[in-house]
Amino acid sequence: MPRTIIPAAVSFGPALRPNVWDLAVLPLVLAILWVLAFGGAQMATPYNIGDPLSITLDPEALPYYLLRSFLRMAAGLLVSLVFTLVYATLAAKSRYAEKILIPVLDVLQSIPILGFLSITVTGFIALFPGNLLGVECASIFAIFTSQAWNMTFSFYASLRTVPHDLHEVADMFHLSVWQRFWQLELPFAAPGLIWNMMMSVSGGWFFVVASEAITVNGQTITLPGIGSYIAMAISERNLPAIGWAILTMLIGIIIYDQLFFRPLVAWADKFKFESLPGEEVPTSWLLDTLQRTRLLRVFSAVPVLLWEWSLPVFRKRFDGLAATDRLNFRLPWFDRVWTLFLLGIAAYAVYRIGEYVQAEVGLDEVLHVFVLGLATAVRVIVLIAIAALIWVPIGVWIGFRPKLAQAVQPIAQFMAAFPANLMFPVAVILILHFNASVEIWTSPLMILGTQWYILFNVISGAMSMPSDFRSVADNFGLKGWLRWKRLILPGIFPSFVTGAITASGGSWNASIVSEMVSWGDTTLMATGIGSYIADNTQKGDFPRIALGVAVMCCYVMLFNRQIWRRMYRLAEERLRID
Amino acid sequence: MTDDNELLIDLEGVRKFFRAPDHSDRVVLEDVNFQLKQGEIVALLGKSGSGKSTLLRIIAGLIDANGGKVLYRGKSISGPVHGVSMVFQSFALFPWLTVQQNVELGLEALAVPAAEREERALEAIDVIGLGGFESAYPRELSGGMRQRVGFARALVMRPDVLLMDEPFSALDVLTAETLSADLLELWQERKIPTKGILFVSHNIEEAVAMSDRVLIFSSDPGRVKAEVPVPLAHPRDKDLPAFKAIVDQVYAIMTQRPLRPAGAEALSLGYRLPSATPHKIEGMIETLIEPQFDGKADLPALADELQLPDDALFHLLEAGALLGFIRVDEGDAILLPLGRTFAEAETTERKELFAEQLMSHISLASHIRHVLDERRDHRAPEGRFIQELEDFLSDDEAERVLEQVIAWGRYAEIFDYDYTSGVLSLPEEDEEERGDGEASSGEDAAAE
Ligand SMILES: Nc1ncnc2c1ncn2[C@@H]1O[C@H](COP(=O)(O)OP(=O)(O)OP(=O)(O)O)[C@@H](O)[C@H]1O
Ligand SMILES: [Mg+2]
Repeated sequence: MPRTIIPAAVSFGPALRPNVWDLAVLPLVLAILWVLAFGGAQMATPYNIGDPLSITLDPEALPYYLLRSFLRMAAGLLVSLVFTLVYATLAAKSRYAEKILIPVLDVLQSIPILGFLSITVTGFIALFPGNLLGVECASIFAIFTSQAWNMTFSFYASLRTVPHDLHEVADMFHLSVWQRFWQLELPFAAPGLIWNMMMSVSGGWFFVVASEAITVNGQTITLPGIGSYIAMAISERNLPAIGWAILTMLIGIIIYDQLFFRPLVAWADKFKFESLPGEEVPTSWLLDTLQRTRLLRVFSAVPVLLWEWSLPVFRKRFDGLAATDRLNFRLPWFDRVWTLFLLGIAAYAVYRIGEYVQAEVGLDEVLHVFVLGLATAVRVIVLIAIAALIWVPIGVWIGFRPKLAQAVQPIAQFMAAFPANLMFPVAVILILHFNASVEIWTSPLMILGTQWYILFNVISGAMSMPSDFRSVADNFGLKGWLRWKRLILPGIFPSFVTGAITASGGSWNASIVSEMVSWGDTTLMATGIGSYIADNTQKGDFPRIALGVAVMCCYVMLFNRQIWRRMYRLAEERLRID
Repeated sequence: MTDDNELLIDLEGVRKFFRAPDHSDRVVLEDVNFQLKQGEIVALLGKSGSGKSTLLRIIAGLIDANGGKVLYRGKSISGPVHGVSMVFQSFALFPWLTVQQNVELGLEALAVPAAEREERALEAIDVIGLGGFESAYPRELSGGMRQRVGFARALVMRPDVLLMDEPFSALDVLTAETLSADLLELWQERKIPTKGILFVSHNIEEAVAMSDRVLIFSSDPGRVKAEVPVPLAHPRDKDLPAFKAIVDQVYAIMTQRPLRPAGAEALSLGYRLPSATPHKIEGMIETLIEPQFDGKADLPALADELQLPDDALFHLLEAGALLGFIRVDEGDAILLPLGRTFAEAETTERKELFAEQLMSHISLASHIRHVLDERRDHRAPEGRFIQELEDFLSDDEAERVLEQVIAWGRYAEIFDYDYTSGVLSLPEEDEEERGDGEASSGEDAAAE
């Protein structure tokens, strides 16, 4: 948003003289730039499939690995952001585009990314022959696919809910499409977008770890990074190395939060359309310091200049008296033709896929995979239910104590960001040690990383429950179960559903890595669609991977539509507290 | 022709309809003719939903008319015109822009160079009395100051024609008066280049105080029903008999027809029931039998006594008339015999009387009761009725009307409503429960 970061004075002269804050921050900025450049250069080294990529378990190499994982994450986020801005804007602005883009997005977000990895990597390697960049791109692509969809949905939803009167103001004051986007739509959507970016990054660490060791045709390519380090440690049964990796990851998440998201959230607070009374204003030491610098702030003049330059170029060149204004060709029949055309394409695609699957694997196998999907579905449902039973009471208890909630909330978010796959080896060791049932005890791994979404959504739901509501209940002597039924559950239900949707989606995805876990050369495999995909990925059996992915996609969409969306609507209509 | 040059805005036979969800057309404006001449301030009054805002938006070029001519200085309008600017009721400021950035918005869009932009914006901010607040954000400002930003944003464009949609109605009385006086002063001292102002108002006194002409809109469909010139010099003294006479005249015109006497043809299901709580209706009737009025009250005096803004008073009057308690004639509210009985009755009798009138005159109420009686479990979700109403009304309006009839029905105890589940049901009929009625309705109110 160039318009809103105008420095108080973009005049030159004394403004350019560095002050003490510049001296403090300049080294930091330069260091970050140097590190980024160095890491970036490493990404594009020559490489041919089959070349060994050595990963050392020396803890001293971890900062370097962290940097590489970091860059992948940043690249994924950047691509996601660009994708979001373009895709969602198109969908929101064009009725015709909307008709394809939104259903496609719905399918995309249900595709289990991890299953897809081995398919996409071949394409990317072909794109950059003889260079590691192809593999990097595949990893970044996996991270992108884990981040982009929810950001896109949020941005699209925001674009659709820009208040009508602000749109009218934009019309009335002759803003062009370009100006409207930067002045109205993007700022309005910014808080939601940033929140979803944070969620995306949170979920993204899991995929960074999972996508660095990529299996292609039975060969494992290990990109330098935390994820590969872990994979190596697992195959060598090196427990201390796992400990080091966990520690490094913790530090990495904190750095990301402090250097990137904190300042961003604090800065974006002004875009909040309306703030609730008593809400805490987010702060960031880095942003405060940056805003005190003098020399560095001049950099923020760059967007302002770009903005000024774009104004005459992208302005609206006519007003309502010109005959060119509001040329509306709306052909009523074209809508129908368009819909028919899209349906035709979809039907053809389904037919071709059916044909392919029939030829490659046969119908029996398809049924078998659906049964496997059912096993995983049962796991997901049971685990969400258990997580709800545990975390809802705890979340409510915490949420009703604002002080405590302030302290716990960041911890819960942090736990959600922590890639749970780092903990898998520990689970394997325990299962082996106690000789426990693989079918049952690998299941909790699915929800290890995603249960936190339930917790922190319930906390924020309980926190935002109007206190007069609670005092009314107290007055009427609502106690025990009745109090839960009449007051608390309806109050937190919408937030719970939001959290549970994320948790459930994440669990499906996680099943691919959690239903088949290994420690050294011991591999534990539970029955389910996740292990089916993982197993075939190792074997390099593309048709079966595709089948597994497609079936899982069906399940996720079914879940989303039949369970979550319904509950969401119920929550919106009946249980909202105005 | 010199005449044409004088006309800033010229509407001829303007028609506008909105497509309802069931693809039927709801006519909002029909054959509207109106002219805004140079040097004029015109006020637009009319019932809520009569299409005043719609008309303003058509002139602003924000929406298209479905028929008729819409001309600005003789040229047809098909989108927002550079010479026309607008002030919004909701202020509609961009919260992430400072006051100055908000004011510069339109200039920026036209790519006015930065230096000139700043100069013009600062001047407008100064003129409108916001000097010193250039770098404040809207959320730091009071309502009155926010609307000043809205004025500055419109005026900085140096518009020929200024449109204002209830610019003062979101403000408290004092702020509204100061702001309108300030605007009038700018206008009269020619500190702004604006040549004509058209504004919508809900407040009759405000409209008469500011304008050279008051246009009164009728509703369903909206058209110009009457025009009252205000040939008084500024500044206008609101206590002057001439001023009062005009206000009275406007009141009389506005209450002329739409308040149908009860017992005339039954209201259609989709009739826009006025917004008036049963307690307000009770209050009005009790006021009317007070000795100072003795069953007959001049409307401005009644508005004063009840401390209600004009639009709320009209709603209340309409409700009273629909229920057969009062009648409105020549700018007076007159208590009918039934209203007198109501005023003198005890709570239970009042409720019974209210229920009787509701069942016989408000077809939506009797319809709901009928449906509940028919159903085996005597319950129905509100969505069912909202859907029915949406055949006649827009979504928001349907919800509002249903909410209104629910408030009346609950008061009259002809049906009950559960807020959390949104289900309508028959009230518990046995005597015991009836005795508890008061307590349980108290609880309901608290739960809301
Ligand atoms: N975009 C729209 N789609 C459908 N119906 C609309 C739309 N805009 C307005 N209406 C309907 O047109 C009618 C006139 O609305 P309008 O806002 O012009 O009335 P108004 O006279 O300004 O009322 P108020 O005094 O309450 O502001 C209302 O019944 C409204 O529901
Ligand atoms: Mg209006």
